[in-house]
Amino acid sequence: MNTLVSRYASTSATLELQDKDGLEDENVSDTMWGSSAGFGNLGPGGLKFDIPAVHSPTDFLRLHTDDHADPSCRIKIKHGTTTLAFRFKGGVIVAVDSRATAGSYIASGTVKKVIEINKFLLGTMAGGAADCQYWETYLGIQCRLHELRNRERISVAAASKYLSNLVYSYKGMGLSMGTMICGWDKTGPALFYVDSDGTRLKGDVFSVGSGSTFAYGVLDQGYHWDMTDEEAQELGRRSIYAAGHRDAYSGNTLNLYHVKEDGWRFIGNYDISKLHYDGPGDVPGSTGKGYGYEERTAGLSSSDFQEVVA
Amino acid sequence: MQINGGSVIAMVGKNCVAIASDLRLGNQALTVATNFEKVFPVTDRIYLGMAGLATDVLTLRERFRFRVNMYTIKEEREIEPETFAHLVSSTLYERRFGPYFIEPIIAGITSPAKGSKPFIAGADLIGCLNFAKDFVVVGTASDELFGIAEGLWEPDLEPEDLFETISQTFLNAVDRDAFSGWGAIVHIITPEKVITRKLQARMD
Repeated sequence: MNTLVSRYASTSATLELQDKDGLEDENVSDTMWGSSAGFGNLGPGGLKFDIPAVHSPTDFLRLHTDDHADPSCRIKIKHGTTTLAFRFKGGVIVAVDSRATAGSYIASGTVKKVIEINKFLLGTMAGGAADCQYWETYLGIQCRLHELRNRERISVAAASKYLSNLVYSYKGMGLSMGTMICGWDKTGPALFYVDSDGTRLKGDVFSVGSGSTFAYGVLDQGYHWDMTDEEAQELGRRSIYAAGHRDAYSGNTLNLYHVKEDGWRFIGNYDISKLHYDGPGDVPGSTGKGYGYEERTAGLSSSDFQEVVA
Repeated sequence: MQINGGSVIAMVGKNCVAIASDLRLGNQALTVATNFEKVFPVTDRIYLGMAGLATDVLTLRERFRFRVNMYTIKEEREIEPETFAHLVSSTLYERRFGPYFIEPIIAGITSPAKGSKPFIAGADLIGCLNFAKDFVVVGTASDELFGIAEGLWEPDLEPEDLFETISQTFLNAVDRDAFSGWGAIVHIITPEKVITRKLQARMD
């Protein structure tokens, strides 16, 4: 362990020196980590990715992935998502759906869109699944190194800034990610939005993805700072449900997390159709009714047929 | 075909046919309504299902109502399912160079004079008829419907078994399609009666 700490505890200047000497990490070979772009060769020198041998790698990538315009291209990156996170008195609530679509085909209904960076940090996944998964795991490594170097946990602000600077250095090369970095640090509950354009925003309420407008609708309507934990969790569930119901590209199940002072906690996985008909079941904050319009309002409208008892 | 979404399927059983549609009306990814039926009665024992552009579904429903009424008045008898299929085909081919953006499915039972036999047919958007002996599918979930129907359908199903088969086929197919679902309706047509049931489906 100590050798590991001392190796990584060197200053950036000594790292640069090592780089000039062409020193490679000899104890850990690339194959141990699975691929040459894996995390094994992160020590000195930084990351190296193979670049296609074409005139313009950027244009090549744009041509063959469904970056923006062309939906008929062959390589499809996972799109269509609803993710949300909000900050309140009791911490940060993170809720996401679990649907992955390739065009109109629902490729999976059990995707994990919350990435557990470490005990105190969560990242959400929207856009390219691989991009989010890879870089947020990489962020986890860097956060651990920060902890070893500085003998204290990294702040959420610093972690998110590390990620935004990193994706900015790849700007124009086709990275696609819209993520929220959530956690608890010295300043209390913290939430940052980071995307692959390089945008980094601090805020109280964010939602990202094709279903974000629907989630925002419910979220804005029900949000206030002084919510109880139960109210906040129910608002998270209700917001993702709304997106799952109305947005064709969101749905299947919902994953709910709550970040508190002692780290994040996984609250549960809920079937969105079950929420529609029956509600979340016997959980704190639940009204005990289904979230669906007809389920909620049955018997309340004057247009509902009522049998007259003589 | 992907603007409004939606899917329809029809299956043949023993002396019966079944036809089912989903209830979604969408505007691209946005689900606008969850009570949009795509199957309509033509006579007491012929049903017509249409998947595709919603405005054309409604227009053609009225157009076929008009044409079937004219047929009934002129001929002084109810139209046969096969005749109706040809009426659908020629109506669609009239717009060969500016088609209605729908694909129709016809399901029915022939008149007692013709033996009360089950009949289904499908067509493409310009009226190329497909007289299938087992099942026909159209809509945004057609690939999924084909696959599951191919696995579940068998010949000579009784009405209740046919209902189970078409329901399972349909619900499981639309659950893999982003643009179909949000409820389903099934009609089982026998020589004696038509049974209509709404299915509880996933709402996402």
